[in-house]
Order: sequence, then C-alpha cells, then structure tokens
Amino acid sequence: MSKSPLTLHRNPKFRAAIVQAALVFLVFYAFYSLYQTTVFNLEERGIRTSPSFFDQVAPFKVGFSPFLDFELGTTTYIKVFYIGVLNTLLVAVLGIIAATFLGFFIGILRSSNNWLAKKVALIYVEIFRNMPLLLQIMFWNFAIFLAFLPPPKQSLEFGSFFLNGRGLHTPVPIVEHSLLFKVWLGVVILSILLSFIFRRWAKIRFNNTGKSLPVLSISFSFIIIISISAFYILGQPLTVDIPVLGKFNFKGGGQLPLPLFSLWFALTIYTSAFIAENVRAGISSVSKGQIEAARSIGLTRSQMVKMIIIPQSMRVIIPPTISQYLNLTKNSSLAMAVGYEEVVAVWANISLNQTGQALIIIAMTIIFFEFCSLFTSFILNMYNKRIQITER
Amino acid sequence: MSLNSNKFERIPDRLPPINSIGWVAWVKQNLFGSVSNTLITLLFFYLIFLYIPPFLDWAVFNANISGTDRSVCDDNKSGACWTFVKVRIEQLLFGLYFTLNPDQTWRPILAFIVFACLLIPLVIERTPHKKWLLLTLIILYPVFFVSVVGGGVFGIPESDASQWGGLLLTFALAFVGIVLALPLGILLALGRRSKMPIVRSFSIIYIEFWRGTPLITILFMASVMLPLFFPSGVEFDKVVRAMIGITLFQSAYTAEAVRGGLQAIDKGQTEASMALGMGYWQQTIFIILPQALRISIPSIVNTFIALFKDTSLVSIIGLLDLLKIAQNSSRSLDWNGYDIEAYMFAGLVFWMFCFGMSMYSQKLERKLDTDRNTE
Amino acid sequence: MIKDDSIIKITKLNKWYGKFHALKDIDLSVGTTEKIVICGPSGSGKSTLIRCINRLEVHQEGSIKVDGIELSDDIKQITEIRSDVGMVFQHFNLFPHLTVLENCSLAPIWVRKKSKVEAEQMAMELLEKVRIPDQVNKYPGQLSGGQQQRVAIARALCMQPRIMLFDEPTSALDPEMIKEVLETMIELADSGMTMIVVTHEMGFANRVADRIIFMDEGQIVEQNDPDSFFNKPQSDRTKLFLSQILDH
Repeated sequence: MSKSPLTLHRNPKFRAAIVQAALVFLVFYAFYSLYQTTVFNLEERGIRTSPSFFDQVAPFKVGFSPFLDFELGTTTYIKVFYIGVLNTLLVAVLGIIAATFLGFFIGILRSSNNWLAKKVALIYVEIFRNMPLLLQIMFWNFAIFLAFLPPPKQSLEFGSFFLNGRGLHTPVPIVEHSLLFKVWLGVVILSILLSFIFRRWAKIRFNNTGKSLPVLSISFSFIIIISISAFYILGQPLTVDIPVLGKFNFKGGGQLPLPLFSLWFALTIYTSAFIAENVRAGISSVSKGQIEAARSIGLTRSQMVKMIIIPQSMRVIIPPTISQYLNLTKNSSLAMAVGYEEVVAVWANISLNQTGQALIIIAMTIIFFEFCSLFTSFILNMYNKRIQITER
Repeated sequence: MSLNSNKFERIPDRLPPINSIGWVAWVKQNLFGSVSNTLITLLFFYLIFLYIPPFLDWAVFNANISGTDRSVCDDNKSGACWTFVKVRIEQLLFGLYFTLNPDQTWRPILAFIVFACLLIPLVIERTPHKKWLLLTLIILYPVFFVSVVGGGVFGIPESDASQWGGLLLTFALAFVGIVLALPLGILLALGRRSKMPIVRSFSIIYIEFWRGTPLITILFMASVMLPLFFPSGVEFDKVVRAMIGITLFQSAYTAEAVRGGLQAIDKGQTEASMALGMGYWQQTIFIILPQALRISIPSIVNTFIALFKDTSLVSIIGLLDLLKIAQNSSRSLDWNGYDIEAYMFAGLVFWMFCFGMSMYSQKLERKLDTDRNTE
Repeated sequence: MIKDDSIIKITKLNKWYGKFHALKDIDLSVGTTEKIVICGPSGSGKSTLIRCINRLEVHQEGSIKVDGIELSDDIKQITEIRSDVGMVFQHFNLFPHLTVLENCSLAPIWVRKKSKVEAEQMAMELLEKVRIPDQVNKYPGQLSGGQQQRVAIARALCMQPRIMLFDEPTSALDPEMIKEVLETMIELADSGMTMIVVTHEMGFANRVADRIIFMDEGQIVEQNDPDSFFNKPQSDRTKLFLSQILDH
C-alpha cells in the first residue's frame, strides 16, 4: 500500500501513535513537574524528602499493639507503620469473619418463605446500607457504647466474654508446653488428613456400589473426638486465659479496646447488609427451572439445596462478596473518627503531622491499600478461572 | 362421526375453595406453612413486640418537641429530645453562615426548591424533553447554585464557601462530585476500551489507582498534598480541595459504571455506523454513548449513593458537613448528652436521600430488564 | 463485462483471522449496475468478503479498488468509500434510541453535511419507496422484523450510495416477512443499483442476479449467470451445495 507523506496525517496508525506519544509526554511531564514542585515546596518548609526518618524514634504513644511491642522512647517510625498495618489487618479479619456469618444469615432470611422474616431482613438491609458508615461508627461508639456500657465492675457477661465501657475482654489461648502443643497440633492435622482420605474412599465406594455415607458428620465427629482426647492425653498443652475482674479492672485475657470494638461492630453490621444482598441475589439467580428439574428427578429438599442451589448460587455470591471484603478493609480507615490506631490514623495522620514527610508517608499508605486491592483482584481472577474450568 | 354428537355445554366458573384464597390462605402459606416456619414467625413476633413499642414510646409518644432549651428534655428523660433538633435545624441544614444571617436562609432554600423542581420531572417517566432538563441541571444549575448560595452577584451578599455547612455542604460536595466526574468518567471508560494500548493502560491504571485507595486517604492527600503540588501563591479553599479529591475519586467509579453500559452495546451498532461513513467521535456521540449511558444510569446512581454517603468523611478533615455539625451540636454545652438524637436525625436525612435514590435505581433496572426481554 | 466499466475491482485478496485463512486469492470485478449474488455454506467467507469491501474487516494482502480508489489506511478515503457504499445487515442494526426518521437522516446530516430539512425530505421519499408509511416517528423496537429491514435499506439509500451490499438480509426474518424485503430489493435492482447480495434465497438470485458466485473454504469455487449456474453447474462442490439447498 502506498504511503505518500501528504496523506500520512490521515493514516489511523500514525494518528494513534501521535496521540499516544503526546499522552505519554503529558503524563510524565505532569508527574515530573508535580514531583519537582512538591519537593521544592517541602524543602521551603524545611523538610527534606528522605526515608531517613524511618529510624527516628516516634515521640507519641500507640496504645494498642497486640502483635508488636510498643515502647514510648524506643519504637521507631517504621515500626509504627507496621503496627498500623497489622492493626488494620486485625480489624479487617475480625470484620470479615463476623460480616460473612451475619450477612449470610440475613441473606438466607431474606430468601426464606416466611413473610415476616423476609420483611425484617429487608428492613435491616435497607436501613444499614443506606446510611454513611462513618455515621454508624460514631453512633455506636459515642451515642451507644460510651454512653450506656457499664463500668468494668458491672460488665455485661457473655460466657467468658465481658463487655464494658472500656472494651471487650476476651479469653486468650496460652501455650503451656510448646513441644506437647506441637504434638497435639500434629495429631489434629493428621486426623483432618485421615478424614479427607476417608472422604475419597467413601466417594469411590459410592461410585462403585452406590452406597452413601454421611461423610460430613462422620468426619467432623472423628476430628473432634480425636482432638479432644489427644488434648487431655497430652495433659492440656494449651490453656485459656480467662479475664478475671480485679479491684478496678480486668486482669488476664485479651482486650479489644472500645474503639476497636465499635469499629468492628459497625463494619460488621454495615458490610453484612451488602453481603446479605449478594446472598439474596445469588439464591434468586438459581432459576425456577433448575428447582423444578431437581424436584422432577426426585431429589430431596436437602439434596436439592446441597447439589443444585448452593453450587449455582455461590458462583454469583462469591465474587461481589470478595469485593465487599476489600471495601471493609478500606473502610476500616474510618477508625480515625473513634481513635482506633490503624494505618491511616497512626501513619497518614499522626506520623505525617509529626514529620511532615507527606510524599513518602502518603505514598506508603496508598501502596499498602493498592496491595490489598491487587491481592483481592488476584483472588477474584483465580476464582473466576476455576469457575470457567468447571463450567466447560 | 357415528356417535351422537353432544351439544357443548359450558360449565359455569366457580370460586376456588375458601381456604385457598384470601388472607387466611395467605397467612397460612406465608407465616405458618410448616413447623419451622411457625417457630420463626413466633420468634420474630416476640422480638418485634419486645423492642418496637419501647422504641416508639421513646421516639414518638414520649418525645419532647416543645420549648427552646434543654430544660424540657431534662425534665422528661423517657422520651427523645427533638427540641434539640428543632432548635438547631438551621445549622444542621445550612451551616454557620446562614444561621448567623437568618435573613439570608431563603437562598439555600431557593436553591433546594429549584433543584427539586428540576429533578422531580426527570425522575418521572413520561416527562418530555428530558435531555434539556438534564443539561439545565448539569450546566445551568451549578451556576445558579453558586450565584444564589455563594452570592456576590445581583447585590446578594457574599457567603464564604468555608462557612457553608450541614446538608447544604453535603449536597454541594456530592453534586459537584457527580457532575464533574461524569465527563471524566466517560472519557476514562472510552479510554479503557480504546484500541490504543497506551491510552488503554493509562486509563486502567488511573481507574484502579483511585478505586484501590480509601477516600479518607485521598481526602488527606487533597488537604495535605494539594497545596504542595502547586507553586506557592496558588491557594485553594478547604472545600475546593475536598471537591477536587472527591471528583478524581468519583470519576474512577463513574468510569466503571459507564464501561458496563458500553459493554452491553451490540457490535452491530458500531458496524452499522461505520458502514454509514461515521468517524469514531460521530459513532461515539450519536450512536454508542446515548445507548450506553441509558443502560448505565442505574449503576451511576448506585455510585452516586455511595458518594453521597462518603461525603460524610470530609468531617474528618475538618469540614462542617451534616454529620460534623450533628456531632458538634451534641457536644455543645447547650445540648451535651443528646448524641442519639443528633446522629439519628443526621442518619435519617442521609437515609431518605440514599433510600430514595436506591428505589429509583432499582426501578430503572427492572424497567431495563423488561425492555430487553420484550425486544 | 468491459474491464474499464468495473466499479469494484478486487485482486488477489487474502484475509486471515489470527491463523485462520478466511479468504484465499479472491479475484472479482463488479461492473456498474451489475447485480451479484454470493452464496455458499456458512463459514465460507462470503460475509467476510463483502465486509472487506467497505472495510469493516481489514484485509492483509491484495487490493480492493472501489470507484478507482484503493482501500488503504487513509481515514478520509475510507469515509468517502463508506458513504458511497451502502450496507444492509442480517440483524438490521438499526439504532434503537433514534426514530425511524432519525435513523435515516443522521448520517446524511453529519457525514454528508446536508441540511436537516433536505435530509429529512429525502428520508421521507425513500421511506415511502420502501413502503414504511406513517411509521417515521416510531422507534425501531415498535416495528416488525420485515419493516425494520426495509428501514435499514432506506437508511443505507439515504446516503445516495452507488453500490449496495446486503449481508444475508433475510436470514433473521420470519418466513412471511422475507417476501416484503425481497420485493423491496427487487425494486431496487430494477432501478439500476449496483448490488452485491449474500443470500440463500435462490428464487431471488434467479430473478435478479446477473452473476451468481459460489464460495467455499474462502475461495470462489464457481461464478456464472443464473441459468448456467442452476442448470449446468461445473464443480462437484457446487452440485452438492445446490442439491442440499434445493431438494427439500
């Protein structure tokens, strides 16, 4: 094909190349000049952008640090960052677990055939997902828990859990004898492995003879019996430290301080409303035809739920629920409002105000969240690939 | 036929048995269908009677609304203190400036009324000339809003944006966010589907960057970093900084909503417009976008609901939005201790807007579904 | 056929989709006012061929000349050729958000730069020709399939094309609607339009075509006038194809 220079500007490939080159230039120029101005502006305020502040001692106190030791006067800034990240992950994990259970429960109520239960679940979902999360966090923390929870002396008791105005006191497992504990762990893992082998055997037997066994309940009782008896045979290598009320406060056990408890509570309720909606959508996505077909081939109700409804609806439920987990993690940054010490609060706020190292601190905070986000998309992609393979 | 032909006699219709229709059947089927169903029903009835009447007593029957100070509420602790909300309502809705200048409150009120007059016909299905209404709302209304609420023109006294607050500020932030994010989001969505690899990857990076970061971090960035990005001397108002952050953040979500619409358009539409000799922008503007945007309205509304709730985060960087004013009021000396009422009122206001929008978006979605099925 | 008279000239055309060789060494020239019907089994490359003519598909080797202009990457030339070549699709591809009248007048206004009055006047005339009376302010979704396809024909004609391409225009229609569309196409053929039609309607081919082309495996197997094509097919492949579509 002839290309005279006169018509070059009408060639789409040439045009695309020009547009893209211009875009690259503009973007890089914009970034470069932003970076330049920022560094200059910071220097004018007497701040040299450099990561050397990582090793300086942080002059403020981080009160809640269950995984790393914090000591005022020795702990460095970089450790404060790690503490913040771990605290974020802690509330995210606690929230994800609780929101999943509550969300599935509400979502199943929402799809039940009891009118009253359906309406109550609907009202729950519509109330909590249509109000700002920050407002809910502040409502629970300031208006309810701080105002109404009793002092430690009159704590509310839930088994070995105690709730009061300072937070939630929980039992904590303590390893008494590390070798025996490892032996016990090995026994438990072994019993789980055995039950998987049993499952395989039962499946092969089922395929060959058509005789089925209640595999799930047999495996569970097997694992539980083995673990408990091994636990006592080995002389209880693990004990649980139960919080006990002392003169003024609780001794022993673990404590979720009130800000963490409120944050966890609000995140759970807010996210569960969204998960419930996913669950409802997933269950209703199983077409009537599928249910009629399952009935027509004579499956019982529980067989139908297990073999037709759950596998199909889970494919619809899981992807948006994983996105909700990411949202919950990002939303945990609202902890600032109640004073829980997660990464945005201790790093992007306090450390930034102390050091003025805006560029590095904001970048690290964003990179942490981008990492969470990438991790989530990675999991989602893996899940989608697996689904595609099984659908083929 | 050799058989005697019987004359066809129509059997008259009868009513079904009484226990299969009417409310008796309904109750039986939906509340007491089985043993477990009955147990669930009884449990929920018990819970409702346990909690709802005391709540109604507190919120409605015993509630205080009279008077102008806390003495009324302090005398009757068994009911909610709506007096507090009544006294503080101007501050909660319009912020400090208009509370200090009560003769000026007509301005935000007028702005809200005009907004409602533009929005309500847009939501109604049969309104003609929706395109022009929408353009008025998006282009002319912001000008109107700034000149009436902001003042400084036509002899209206000027109000500083930093003194806007309450619902007015929440509304302004959300509205600016959606209006400015829409064109940006459309361009990004087109970019993400572009055939040019660099345009596509830049769009993807931009979109995923903003979607991966929590808004609060972005607001911090906007309030701390934005002044650093520009040579000294360039100054932004705090509210404007928040608006910039919110717009950039929202454009990524809008882009994803629009992209969903673009993906739903049949390839034949592009081919037919190409066959007629239309160029890329002609195809996009006349054929693709009008259809894609219509499909993506429900998702755009959903991202707007999320944004509307998220505007409350500006209270963390020190702006006096509805939530912050509610919190401040409940901590003021006059009304210390009435937190629940403050949060409940703010929550109710947020809830009405978000619930309304979500009803609308669900209605649109159902309509789009039936449209598609009948096509 | 006199060579200089040809309005489309395709030489040594080759086209691949990935590694799949979709068109192999196609040579074809079409004279002004000639009517060509292309038939062949599905996947034989007939649609790909006519989509190459207005560059909905980009070929890799060979050349296509329309009206003396060779198809290249030049955006302006492509636009010129596309507005000279009308196309009718299997699934109509009407714009669902525009009324019938707007569907027909949009491209004349924005591509041909006609005034709105002029474009609408012409659209009305052509819509009358394809017998879509009184429906001009309806939306495509409110019309039957046959009516939609006739609107699609009118939409293409509004650009005053010199050549019309039809890509299986009746295969998405219910049987009773095929007739009305074919009648419109016959009228168009009688008016002297140059047409290339991909179709399985052999009755239409017999009535209208100057030449029938049979394609298989991306090649032109055989081309001939209708009489010889139906009565004295040369290749075994053609005989097999004809026996399959005519014997039922």
